[in-house]
Amino acid sequence: MSGPLSFVARRLLLGGAQTVAVVLLVFALTEALPGDAAVALAGDQPDPARIAAIREAMHLDRPAYERLLDWAAGLAHGDFGTSLTSGRPVSTYIEDGFGPTLLLAMITVTLLVPLGVGLGVLAARHEGRPVDRIVSSVTLGVYAVPEFALGVLLVTVFALRLGWLPPTAVGYGTDLLGHPAALVLPVLVLLSRPVCSLARLVRAGMVDALDSPYVAQARRYGIPGARVRYAHALPNAVAPAAQQLARTVDWLLCGVIVVEALFVIPGLGTVLLNAVAERDVPVVQGLAVVFGVLTVLLNLGADLVAHRFAPRAGVAA
Amino acid sequence: MYDFPALRRRGFLTAVGGAAALGVLGLAGCGDGSTDDSSDDSGSGGGTPRRGGRLRAAFAGGGASETLDPHLASLFADAARAKALYDKLADYGPDLSAQPRLAEKWEANKSLDRWQVTLRSATFHDGKAVTAADVLYSYRRIADPDQAFRAKASLEPIDLDASRATGTHGIEFVLKRPTAEFPNILAAFGAYIVPDGATGTDFDTKPVGSGPFRFVSFAPGRSALFRRYDDYWEGAPHLDEIEFVVANEESARVNALLGGQVEYAHELNPTTARAHEGKGQIEIVRLRNSAMQGFAMKTDRAPFDDKRVREAFFLIADRQELVDGALSGAGVVGNDLFGKGYEYYAADLPQRSQDLDRAKALLKQAGAENLKVTLDTSAVAAGFTEAAGIFRDQAAKAGVTIDVRMGSKDSYWSDILDSGTICCYRSGAMPIEAHISQRLLTDSTTNATKWHHKDFDALYQQAQSTKDKTERTAVYERMQRRLYAEGGFLVWGFADWILGTAKNVKGVEAKAPANSLDWARFDKVWLA
Repeated sequence: MSGPLSFVARRLLLGGAQTVAVVLLVFALTEALPGDAAVALAGDQPDPARIAAIREAMHLDRPAYERLLDWAAGLAHGDFGTSLTSGRPVSTYIEDGFGPTLLLAMITVTLLVPLGVGLGVLAARHEGRPVDRIVSSVTLGVYAVPEFALGVLLVTVFALRLGWLPPTAVGYGTDLLGHPAALVLPVLVLLSRPVCSLARLVRAGMVDALDSPYVAQARRYGIPGARVRYAHALPNAVAPAAQQLARTVDWLLCGVIVVEALFVIPGLGTVLLNAVAERDVPVVQGLAVVFGVLTVLLNLGADLVAHRFAPRAGVAA
Repeated sequence: MYDFPALRRRGFLTAVGGAAALGVLGLAGCGDGSTDDSSDDSGSGGGTPRRGGRLRAAFAGGGASETLDPHLASLFADAARAKALYDKLADYGPDLSAQPRLAEKWEANKSLDRWQVTLRSATFHDGKAVTAADVLYSYRRIADPDQAFRAKASLEPIDLDASRATGTHGIEFVLKRPTAEFPNILAAFGAYIVPDGATGTDFDTKPVGSGPFRFVSFAPGRSALFRRYDDYWEGAPHLDEIEFVVANEESARVNALLGGQVEYAHELNPTTARAHEGKGQIEIVRLRNSAMQGFAMKTDRAPFDDKRVREAFFLIADRQELVDGALSGAGVVGNDLFGKGYEYYAADLPQRSQDLDRAKALLKQAGAENLKVTLDTSAVAAGFTEAAGIFRDQAAKAGVTIDVRMGSKDSYWSDILDSGTICCYRSGAMPIEAHISQRLLTDSTTNATKWHHKDFDALYQQAQSTKDKTERTAVYERMQRRLYAEGGFLVWGFADWILGTAKNVKGVEAKAPANSLDWARFDKVWLA
């Protein structure tokens, strides 16, 4: 009796527990880091009296478990707490950072799916022939280039040498849509590796499926090639691709620090980086909750998609 | 007691000031705080200032936690924004001596413990006059015992309960002890004058100051836009608008500058500067002698409690190699004293250079042959780990084994304050007096070399009680001679502070230490 509803419920319950575990772990790790927010704020003026005063003003002199409980109690009311460093609500940090991150992720995924699947199908259709060879080797090659290297290369060529595109999004703030040209290079960098991995997965899945006895049988029945490919073979390739896609979306939504830093896009990755450097525990925890929930939901979604397309694969809860 | 430009967090932000000194391209003007002292960095003459335009300036920033509260300023970006919106009573000239700003003049009594300060006639952006009440409110806010504002320690010598207004434009400051360098306090980092009654929330939504620019908009961690204040007491800025944008990566700041997205990029790497210097695409401005670079030896514990060992270490250092290696050549050698080029600097002492034989002999005398020490370092500041590695190799030639230990960069300054024996150290610009009072007195709060000497403390008090400047200079010289001979700071160099500007940006002062008056002074800049 494992209907889709009880499957979803079990997964959500498990996901909730996982998120709590992540938050606890993040809290423990942040506490374990050398120095605290007061030390980080004092910087190179580590006057002990001043550090003590900052610590007191931030209520860091209270035991760790008390601070965690207070924060958890607030979270139950949807209150993420306030930043130690600025005193502003953590929710504004998340809202402000989420906009640019979400925008980049949406554009990237919108382009990623047709590109990745299309390339994969193209390669699979021409398995072993020059088209396949070219697609396979190019995707492998591009996949091997780290984001920062590709980013620097693209900026140098397209922004600084040719002057076609702006090198960064500096000064545009959250109004990135108002400056679409500034989004081209970051999206290209974000697309580069996921397109390759997705295309290779789709290709592999389709090649397997096209070799399978049921496709051979379908062909013997005289079903047209296109229908065999897209209605029978492709769905089998989608299952692993969906999981990969979920991981990619998760990666995108948690803020890709390298791209944000290189192109000056103030997204969630930047918020997280700053918060950790400042030992701003409430902000780090708030982000941990958001990232945890996102990961759980995305993986659940991917499992449901995989379940729908390839029920026999038997997705374990 | 004197807090200064220490800048928190990320390494590349930390503790640097630019220093005044011969800017490569600087033509003139030894910025003494008067109005027309900007030199033209572009070397092309510059011509007469042109009014108008918006300048976009890229700084490394503090992310979403940034604030416009000037008393909370701690990063370069904070300081640059604060000085656009606000004024201090005094500010530092190129030699780090205090220059009058909102204060028109100051005068001490005979015993140097009461100072009468007269304000000039200036107005806040809402049209109200800057009065003694605003000054006292601002200082009392900074000194609030429940808060931890950075300038609190600097204002410590002032007895704010006893100090009072002597009229709308007059304030009598009562001090806890004689303080000959009282004007330095008025110029302290973060000691900005805000309107009477201004509170925390005002600063981020509608900050009102008396500075050259007035508030338009602010998005923490992204940008701040200010517009010219036409009634500025020193004359309205040339620019219509100044926009501060935040780009933490140096490569992003350079790219934005090259791509025409900003006109001013703060804090560039020496390698970037070399790649673009003289290429005609952008202008590189080097603020020479900016950040002191050195090693701090703890003089209260073995092996550095023996002054012969300290002297041996002074002689082990090949300073030029350190400058070339750790600073990529963007700097000059140091002479184990802080504040090259600043007021009171003991420039007559002979330049120390490497002498391995003498170093070995000293170590032998001290019974410290085959010495092993652990050198603390961290990626907290540019060049730290490189300097540690280079010095390790230099020390090996004198038979000293140095074990380099990497520390966390977020808590480095706090970690090295009390533990370890020798560590990488650096400091931004501040008056020599401030360096001494913060770091070299028995009760100094950040005494990383554990330099505790009653007679040295007494000399400092003597200097602070000496009204005559020549006599005072002589006392400072005595103190510096002692530090040169047996102090705990091995100062091997002074790093350049590097800015990049677009070709059409004029009036950028090259003889301006970071956080001094003429550094990031956008009211004197114009677009040609």
